[in-house]
Amino acid sequence: MSNQVIEEPKELLRFSTAGSVDDGKSTLIGRLLLETNSVYEDQLASVAKSGINRSTGPIDLSLLTDGLRAEREQGITIDVAYRYFQTPRRKFIIADTPGHEQYTRNMATGASTADLAIVLIDARKGVLPQSKRHAFIASLLGIPHVAVAINKMDLVDFRESVYNRIVTDFRAFAEGLQIPFIEFFPVSALDGDNIVTKSDKTPWYSGPPMLEYLETVPLDAGRNYKDLRFAVQYVVRPNLDFRGFAGQLASGILKPGDSVMALPSGRTTKVKSLPSFDGPLNEAFPPMSITVELEDEVDISRGDMLVDPRRMPHVSRRLEAHVVWMQEAPLKTGTPYLLKHTTQTVTASVSELRHKVDINTMAHVPAEELGLNEIGLVQIEAKRPLFYDIYRENRATGCFILIDPETNATAGAGMITEAAWAGRDRRRSAGLQLEEGVLTPAERYKRNGHYPVTIWLTARKDLAYLLERRLFDRGCQVHVLADDHETNLLPEFASVLNHAGVIAICSIASDDDSERDRAASFIERFVAIDPADLPTDDNSAANKILSRLEQTGFLPSEISFNSGEGI
Amino acid sequence: MQQRTLSHLQALEAESIHIIREVMAEFAKPVMLYSIGKDSSVMVRLAQKAFYPSRIPFPLLHIDTTYKFKEMITFRDEFVKSIGADLIVHTNTEAIEAGANPFDLGTQRCCGLLKTKALLDALAAGGYDAAFGGARRDEEKSRAKERIYSFRDKFGQWDPKNQRPELWNVYNCKIEKGETIRVFPLSNWTETDVWNYIQLENIPIVPLYYAKEREMVVRHGQLIPLEHGMRLTEGEQPRMVMSRMRSLGCTYCTGAIRSEAANLTQIVTELNEFKRSERENRIIDHDTEGSMEMKKREGYF
Repeated sequence: MSNQVIEEPKELLRFSTAGSVDDGKSTLIGRLLLETNSVYEDQLASVAKSGINRSTGPIDLSLLTDGLRAEREQGITIDVAYRYFQTPRRKFIIADTPGHEQYTRNMATGASTADLAIVLIDARKGVLPQSKRHAFIASLLGIPHVAVAINKMDLVDFRESVYNRIVTDFRAFAEGLQIPFIEFFPVSALDGDNIVTKSDKTPWYSGPPMLEYLETVPLDAGRNYKDLRFAVQYVVRPNLDFRGFAGQLASGILKPGDSVMALPSGRTTKVKSLPSFDGPLNEAFPPMSITVELEDEVDISRGDMLVDPRRMPHVSRRLEAHVVWMQEAPLKTGTPYLLKHTTQTVTASVSELRHKVDINTMAHVPAEELGLNEIGLVQIEAKRPLFYDIYRENRATGCFILIDPETNATAGAGMITEAAWAGRDRRRSAGLQLEEGVLTPAERYKRNGHYPVTIWLTARKDLAYLLERRLFDRGCQVHVLADDHETNLLPEFASVLNHAGVIAICSIASDDDSERDRAASFIERFVAIDPADLPTDDNSAANKILSRLEQTGFLPSEISFNSGEGI
Repeated sequence: MQQRTLSHLQALEAESIHIIREVMAEFAKPVMLYSIGKDSSVMVRLAQKAFYPSRIPFPLLHIDTTYKFKEMITFRDEFVKSIGADLIVHTNTEAIEAGANPFDLGTQRCCGLLKTKALLDALAAGGYDAAFGGARRDEEKSRAKERIYSFRDKFGQWDPKNQRPELWNVYNCKIEKGETIRVFPLSNWTETDVWNYIQLENIPIVPLYYAKEREMVVRHGQLIPLEHGMRLTEGEQPRMVMSRMRSLGCTYCTGAIRSEAANLTQIVTELNEFKRSERENRIIDHDTEGSMEMKKREGYF
């Protein structure tokens, strides 16, 4: 560290702006940049030289942010552009996104990293569908703060009644959204009223100017310091004596001596040290990029996750999520995509498209597929288990992208929601009510050494019992449920066994897709075996099922109670 | 309870390290473009931090146009040696032997041959599928729209209208053979951030950034250093000017600025007083309106 004078550390605030050309969004950003001395003379000169001035002012501030030639020609903002400015208190990153309907994907992109969104409203026009869209996307992407800039107040003579009406309209609409904090500002971006200093034209407005608000709005909303989530990105191995697990801490606090569980293996160990280029750390918190050295030799690689065994994430191959679709080829159920979540990339497909969301009305609309810029609620089935949280509780472990394996394009972005099967409504309907007891799933997992999973097996009763024996011999807790007694509660029984940490093998006499789908809808770890995929010989079939369980990560392959037959 | 908030520099550092590690983990053969400038120096420091206590696990690549300042080359060799990194130097020798120079070809064509072509050739020759660059989004308007993972087709070209959406810190690394990704871990850093970080971390930089008396030609209001057989036009007289470089490139294309700032504190102070942008003295950016965007479409960094 140098001993020279260093400027005071600032905080970093990332915000997104959305609005169309007419809202004066670019002018607002231009104004913020200009007033914070973030524009250089030659950049201003270059704007003047362009010969374009769509504004009524002496210089077109919006040109400062319209980056690409095509945009300057068409007078539109095509893509997300990032801008930077700072004040003595904070550094700001603006993700500047266009407001046109066809660019929902860009708005979502800009919003994904933002702590705050500025939604622009033209005071003359009031709350238009596009303002609602912006607020909806901000809510969907989990932005905790929304600042509504009621712009062009100069064109409505700075009338308080106009401001009040828009505030009332917007609040009424936003009640249906999940935005914790909303503030309103009567501004004129063109003239600078209530941007940096309070305007004398709005004596009725008692709040701060926008910049002061941006400098002081609390940043800790939406940060999660409770649930340890550390996805391993890369294993640092300079020599045989050192093995460090590198990654960015998604949430929670990590200190030397802390007990951690590695997923999917379920092994627990302690943090030995947090080495760094600048010396060992006493503590790490999000979003630090760190390296973790563990006490024990544990086999951990990229894609694994360190968690607090008392606060486990969901471990499941299935999830439910809102997806924003971002490519021309529509999202279809059954199509394989690559799903990238934290540091894992797995093959996954959409098993169900529950509904589409009309972003103008927020109404749920039934749909067969999702087109470009459409948003829907989907159920996804991955080939391997993911370690995830609900997006609202943890942005970093609740988000994912879908990649089209044909084109490699980023096809969609997902925000994980509370899944239907996580709620107990469906079990309750069958007269079952399982309360969370004092024992956690993690404790049961630690005792058993495997996940509680339900295996759905059709027309192979002998195989079901052989599988039970093989799993039992490997040290697993397991039970066969056969549907001989014409019960229609097999999925509920399996769910109870799973809740107790036990593997359930459902042996079904004959094909019944509707019962299987019902089971899949609320059992968190569900593996349906297609009889056509199995060898006729029971032994080979059992081997195949066991290796599938290992591949999916539900059954650790290194488990030491091997049956001797080997797989 | 102590406050658990990162300063903006720590937050930028964490983001950049995450990007660098992600590339190392997901690509077969990454390389880091090392231009010797201040941004490269910061990027290399971040790579050291990302893999500590290991060495930087990929090579540094310098595209040498042979028109770089002598001080840059001396600094490069010492710096790379001191941190134990692997360095690859690539020059478009064919073009140099054919007499390519900025005086006869003009800056655009010269840059196309000695930088863009040299870079594409070097990436192809090394079979690199990902190349880190130190570019920042605050440098130039077209860069403001570029992704952190910037996809380039088989010809190294950038298509600004067809960029992959980039959300959260989840990057899409999927490419076909022959395609590459340019990665910009410093995307969200500003010039001020870079200098503050250099000061905070005591990162070594080329002495050309510090002001001293240097031999200069004044042309079109720009201070051009007298190096590499710089051809003088009629009536031009070189003279000693107290000056320094604000950004570094080839000698002919990098204007100096008049400055007394001879140490980091003075540079940071001076930075806050600047009225003009960093790349203003980079002649190539201003050849035509939107010229950086055009160069990038062709494969320039």
